Amino acid sequence: MEILQHLSDGFLIALQPLNLGVIILGVMVGLFIGAMPGLGSVNGVAILLPMTFLVPPTAAVMFLAAIYYGAMYGGAISSIMLGIPGASTAVATTFDGRPLALKGEADKALTAAALASFFGGTLSILLFTGFAPVLASIALDFGDPEIFALMLLAFATFVGLSGDDIPKTIFSICIGLVFSAVGLDIMSGEPRLIFFDIIGFMHGINFLVLAIGIYGIGEMLWTIEITRGESSMSKAVITAERILINLKELLKTWKAAFLGSVLGFFVGILPAAGATPGSLMAYGVAKMTSKNPENFGKGEIAGVVAPEAANNAASTGSMLPMLTLGIPGSPTTAILLGGMVIWGLVPGPRMFIDETEFVWGLIASLYAANFFAVVINILFIPLFLWMLKMPFTVLAPMIFVLSLVGGYAPTQDMHDVWLMLIFGVGGYLLRKLDYPLAPAVLAIVLGPIAEPALRQSLLIANGDPTVFITRPIAGPITIVAIILILLPLLKLVRDKLRKKKSVPSS
Amino acid sequence: MRRAEIVTAVLMAAFSIYLMWKSAELPVGWIPDEGPGGGAFSFWLSAAMLVCCVWIAIKWVRRKSPPSQSDAPFMDSFARNKFVLVGGGVTAMIGLVHFVGMYGAIPAFLLYYLRVLGRHSWPTTLAIALGTPVVTFFFFDVALRIVLPKGYLEPLFYPLYDIFL
Repeated sequence: MEILQHLSDGFLIALQPLNLGVIILGVMVGLFIGAMPGLGSVNGVAILLPMTFLVPPTAAVMFLAAIYYGAMYGGAISSIMLGIPGASTAVATTFDGRPLALKGEADKALTAAALASFFGGTLSILLFTGFAPVLASIALDFGDPEIFALMLLAFATFVGLSGDDIPKTIFSICIGLVFSAVGLDIMSGEPRLIFFDIIGFMHGINFLVLAIGIYGIGEMLWTIEITRGESSMSKAVITAERILINLKELLKTWKAAFLGSVLGFFVGILPAAGATPGSLMAYGVAKMTSKNPENFGKGEIAGVVAPEAANNAASTGSMLPMLTLGIPGSPTTAILLGGMVIWGLVPGPRMFIDETEFVWGLIASLYAANFFAVVINILFIPLFLWMLKMPFTVLAPMIFVLSLVGGYAPTQDMHDVWLMLIFGVGGYLLRKLDYPLAPAVLAIVLGPIAEPALRQSLLIANGDPTVFITRPIAGPITIVAIILILLPLLKLVRDKLRKKKSVPSS
Repeated sequence: MRRAEIVTAVLMAAFSIYLMWKSAELPVGWIPDEGPGGGAFSFWLSAAMLVCCVWIAIKWVRRKSPPSQSDAPFMDSFARNKFVLVGGGVTAMIGLVHFVGMYGAIPAFLLYYLRVLGRHSWPTTLAIALGTPVVTFFFFDVALRIVLPKGYLEPLFYPLYDIFL
């Protein structure tokens, strides 16, 4: 009952005119960003974060969360219409969404994506509302060793589950953490890593400089190269009558939607996993449990429903560890977390006690964002289709300009703008060689929390690293993290053993 | 791709060593009653980066990673061309900020990108190139009170400051 009370208080905050306004605006911006090929929630949140200094912190976070939501809906639009995923989170949507569009049933795929997103979003927010206060109250007892163990888990998830090249993933994590250490050492107050004695490094490297560099400049360079300026759009016929017919067919896919939502939510909770693996897994499970798996990939509606329900559920899921533990569940929530720190809101269990109004206002805003996203999405499908025709040569320079002013605004130092350019170009070149970049962004946000936690823990334990294993809560978390790190190694050993076995038998 | 992979690994290894050396300006060992020294965190992480670079190099020798198996060029002529034109444009824009400020650099960049690279019509180009700085001015300088750099164009803005700030 207490939760309902909090939630209704939250709605009073979320429905205030300014907050409601930014939620609706955020959803529209998110839908647009998501629909644009190559741009996803993480790009939108990174590039637009500096713009939110205009409104109070609560409204700013609601705006960014609404962008996150809207982008998850919007990602499906370009996946279906152009066959280019609007963001990596919508990759699985192309598998069946594109074939449907080519068959002339684009409207069916678009409605299915919107409604599945709404279903996934709603179910996951209900789960979120139930889980968050419980998790936060457990996390209240966490000390430095537990916090560091959680960080370790977040990084281990990347190594164990991302499927990227392992040394490159670890490299990316480490470089992000090292960059977070630039500036003044918080414990001794001494300057460190001041490259070439350039004064600009004294104030450290702001996470936004790296995030905008990679997700603004780097992403644009990447998209310009891979799309080669070519894309062909399918036609969509949308009438109220057809929507009703589609709805009937959609009701049959409830199982895929339900499984996708639950799976997406729990994958989303895993630190660092986010919506991309969630939606891919949901697609796989939907195919596995379907009565006619052979239709998947040829335009099966359940193949659109499952990943779309999952990616929205995962985006809510990834907010759970961010708000309750202070560990982001996805690159987008990592940037959101960095932003909240700028505004003086420190995510973590204390927030449920110290900032009750803000937390519940934000949770209520998720319900509102979800509602507006589905309404705006379905009503304005023709508008989004028209916007998709916007040439990339107009969008790209605007993003570069936004990156320039966005990189300047937080610190008002041209040094940071140059650094952003270096990160953007460097990130683009590294990405061509399969270096994953999301771990570096997560690391630069978490670094300032991880380092003091590590040093304090070691100090308390007199330099004994077993402190992370012997404590009752930190222990299991650390062990899971170690298992995750070793997981790829175990797979390698297993494959080798199999090969050895198969050689003598053949 | 294959050559780019090893060149990058070597460069990154060198960068890791530089970071280790730079971190070592502060104590990297254990200080009694103070815990790990100020440079320890970044020192050992840079060491881990170095190990990763060696690991990447070993995978390169054994041709285990996709880029080390690929014979495709790191950048074909299309990619190189775009990279120089777009990347160069952005670099020039940031460089120009130091001289003519944001409000000189942004329209110049948009003019270049839209007209030269995008081949858009003059009306479209001019509308975007001149409209964007106006919106930016009211958003940042006026509403957020974040005064963007103006460079040598500063005097032109005095009347605007008088009206809006």
